Amino acid sequence: MRVMVCEESGIIGGGATAAGMGHLAVMDDSEAQFALTSYSQMLWRELAAELPASAEYLTCGALWVAADEEELVEVHRKHRFYTARGVPVEVLDSRQLSAAEPHLRAGLAGGLRMPADSVCYPPCAAAWLLGGIPVAFGRRVVAASGSGVEFEDGTNLKAPVIVLATGAAIRRLVPSAPVAPRKGHLLITDRYPGFLNHQIIELGYLKSAHATESDSVAFNAQPRSTGQILIGSSRQFGAEDSGIDSRILARMLARAVEYMPELRDLSAIRAWTGFRAATPDKVPLIGRAPGMPGVWLATGHEGLGISTSLATARLLADEILGRDSAIPRSPYNPERTFVH
Amino acid sequence: MIVVVGAGPAGIAAALRAQECGARVTVIDDNPNPGGQIWRGDDENSWVARFRSSGIPLLSSTRVVAVDVEARSLLVETDGVSGRLSWKKLVLATGSRELFLPFPGWTLPGVFGVGGLQALAKTGLPVAGKRIVLGGTGPLLLAVGAYLRQHGADVKLIAEQANIQSLAGFAPELLRHPRKVLQGASLQWAIAGTPYRTGCWIDSAEGVNKLERVTVRSGRDIWTEDCDYAGVAWGLTPNTELLESLGPEPEDVYVAGSGEVDLSFVEGEIAGLNAAGYPERTVLLAPKLEKARGFAAALATTFALRDELRHLAKPDTIVCRCEDVTYGELRKFTSFRAAKLQTRCGMGPCQGRICGPANEFLFGWETGTVRPPVFPAKIATLFSDAPLPADTTGQPDTKEITS
Ligand SMILES: Cc1cc2nc3c(=O)[nH]c(=O)nc-3n(C[C@H](O)[C@H](O)[C@H](O)COP(=O)(O)OP(=O)(O)OC[C@H]3O[C@@H](n4cnc5c(N)ncnc54)[C@H](O)[C@@H]3O)c2cc1C
Ligand SMILES: Cc1cc2nc3c(=O)[nH]c(=O)nc-3n(C[C@H](O)[C@H](O)[C@H](O)COP(=O)(O)OP(=O)(O)OC[C@H]3O[C@@H](n4cnc5c(N)ncnc54)[C@H](O)[C@@H]3O)c2cc1C
Repeated sequence: MRVMVCEESGIIGGGATAAGMGHLAVMDDSEAQFALTSYSQMLWRELAAELPASAEYLTCGALWVAADEEELVEVHRKHRFYTARGVPVEVLDSRQLSAAEPHLRAGLAGGLRMPADSVCYPPCAAAWLLGGIPVAFGRRVVAASGSGVEFEDGTNLKAPVIVLATGAAIRRLVPSAPVAPRKGHLLITDRYPGFLNHQIIELGYLKSAHATESDSVAFNAQPRSTGQILIGSSRQFGAEDSGIDSRILARMLARAVEYMPELRDLSAIRAWTGFRAATPDKVPLIGRAPGMPGVWLATGHEGLGISTSLATARLLADEILGRDSAIPRSPYNPERTFVH
Repeated sequence: MIVVVGAGPAGIAAALRAQECGARVTVIDDNPNPGGQIWRGDDENSWVARFRSSGIPLLSSTRVVAVDVEARSLLVETDGVSGRLSWKKLVLATGSRELFLPFPGWTLPGVFGVGGLQALAKTGLPVAGKRIVLGGTGPLLLAVGAYLRQHGADVKLIAEQANIQSLAGFAPELLRHPRKVLQGASLQWAIAGTPYRTGCWIDSAEGVNKLERVTVRSGRDIWTEDCDYAGVAWGLTPNTELLESLGPEPEDVYVAGSGEVDLSFVEGEIAGLNAAGYPERTVLLAPKLEKARGFAAALATTFALRDELRHLAKPDTIVCRCEDVTYGELRKFTSFRAAKLQTRCGMGPCQGRICGPANEFLFGWETGTVRPPVFPAKIATLFSDAPLPADTTGQPDTKEITS
């Protein structure tokens, strides 16, 4: 097939992809999410050897941290869930947790280690994945149908298959798509090699990620291959301005310091924001766009669009080419969430 | 409370004028002493002396790293302590920094910005007997050359990139500013005997592990000068980060200082009067402002950078020092953001403060969006809600600064 990418900016990977943490995670919010993330993680692993150094692929493993007994119950539930599905995981008690991450505060209840989780630098991974596929830069699509797309300047490009992968901006093209932008803040430090060993996520994150209304923050920290530490994150609905909200940033950092007191003295060099494409059921939209023959969707990945990018691409290509897929496609069919 | 950020000529002028009007003022500066780039540590300077004896509190060695616009407070760091400082009126007099243009060898130890070289010499870098070449543009080359000569350096060459015709055009402007002519005359005496070549610039710096010589070009002539140090001056870039982080058209914020010292000073006076609520008094300063603007504009045209300087860098010349990104890598991109995302250019601790203006000059790119922190900051500072503790300021009345 001949493929062309239309990108309104002049930049590859300049949307949410330039803002995200790049944690290549396996997650268990739902069976659908688990199937997609674990399939995708396997695809990342297959690619790992070929990825350029600039993609900064690093299998550092993830550590889910339980602050109290209630969250420890969740650790055990996850352990059972993953073990039953053949995913390697390890429960850490309070002491083992301290040994794994010496800068975590003392007295945390325990944690779950997922040794196969990795991290990457998404913009360079995206550029590499694109390879030699031609890109029409600076071309904003204003309308799409099964016969092609129309650009802002009134010109058209004809194609029998159109894939809309415009992230959180999907509603500009498909107003009925149930996708809302969910703003997030991140901050990066100067280089502190060895300070952190794993991608760390507090289990309180579940409470944060699942809250659908109010602004929330949760502790996330990631070791970059540069020795830098990437700290997250916040979740806000209804915030459209991409500027830093200094209060949210302050809450997010205070939360991080609660978990890792020594972070307070590290030097922060930059903070930024990005928009996740959130769907009501937290499962992405992959497949035919309802009521738009010839148009396919690949969006709604919320905070997992880097993790699940490779699987998303496979599922879409399979569907377009009429092939079978490695995992069932129906859970991601956009039809399920569209209001008609 | 008026808070003035920056204790250079602009900040000092603003603070003194505001105090004159009866306003309460506090000045913050990230250096240990008042005076800014040009008067730093110069206690004989009458303005620095007046400022010191004015009783205006100076929070020295204190850096503003972010602004909370809604709360109207500055997030500051001083000596490892974080805190907030609230303002009713804010004067930004944050000055400028040296511009660096990449040329082969500019990252070798021994190559400095002229301002940096002078500052190092003032704080102990031995220059006596050292062979030094200065290159770039502007009066600063002469001033620093004279200073280094007075301290025993062997200044082998001052290479001014502007050509003789544009310098000649500058002479009438000098005559309209007699004080400058005097300054110029004494400078000339100090550097008598040092070759001052116009239409001439440093093409590259060479050496193993440290600077050993520079290659200099003037028209078709190319030659080398052996030297221990090289000082380069390509002009200045204003520090606009704090202003930009306040968002568009911030209320009760006044900006002063744009490079040249007399202009910065009068802009400071005007900002101080406006902040203190006496805009009508600025009328008297209009002639002074106009004169200073004329001189600054003449400087800018006389010492405009020539096109050849855009082509000094070779493919393997480093442009971003923090992340070791070369000219050859950057050349592949069409915008700063694209280059940044793919190469990490501008992503290091300096956040493009150095390579940003160089990229603008080399490629015509617009660089940089300002995000807090505007300077590397302790994480604790960014969530601090404590008023700046008075005991770190050494000033009795600073308890009131958050009121
Ligand atoms: C703070 C934060 C943290 C995150 N952390 C992680 C993480 O750890 N792991 C993870 O897997 N995911 C994470 N994510 C999510 C991840 O970044 C996104 O899911 C992913 O980048 C989405 O990629 P995308 O290609 O769908 O969208 P984008 O990267 O947004 O790309 C869409 C592109 O389409 C272009 N476009 C839009 N509209 C048009 C139009 N009409 N015409 C032409 N071009 C158009 C845009 O310019 C853009 O380049 C995070 C996100 C955020 C905000
Ligand atoms: C190296 C160098 C040498 C110069 N030499 C000359 C010269 O010889 N002749 C000449 O006419 N001009 C010279 N200049 C230009 C000089 O900037 C102006 O002449 C004049 O000093 C400008 O006054 P200012 O008050 O606006 O800025 P500055 O003198 O730069 O003062 C600004 C002050 O604000 C402080 N500051 C900035 N940001 C913050 C922050 N976020 N928090 C706290 N403090 C902050 C700075 O550290 C500095 O002390 C030089 C400039 C440089 C960079």
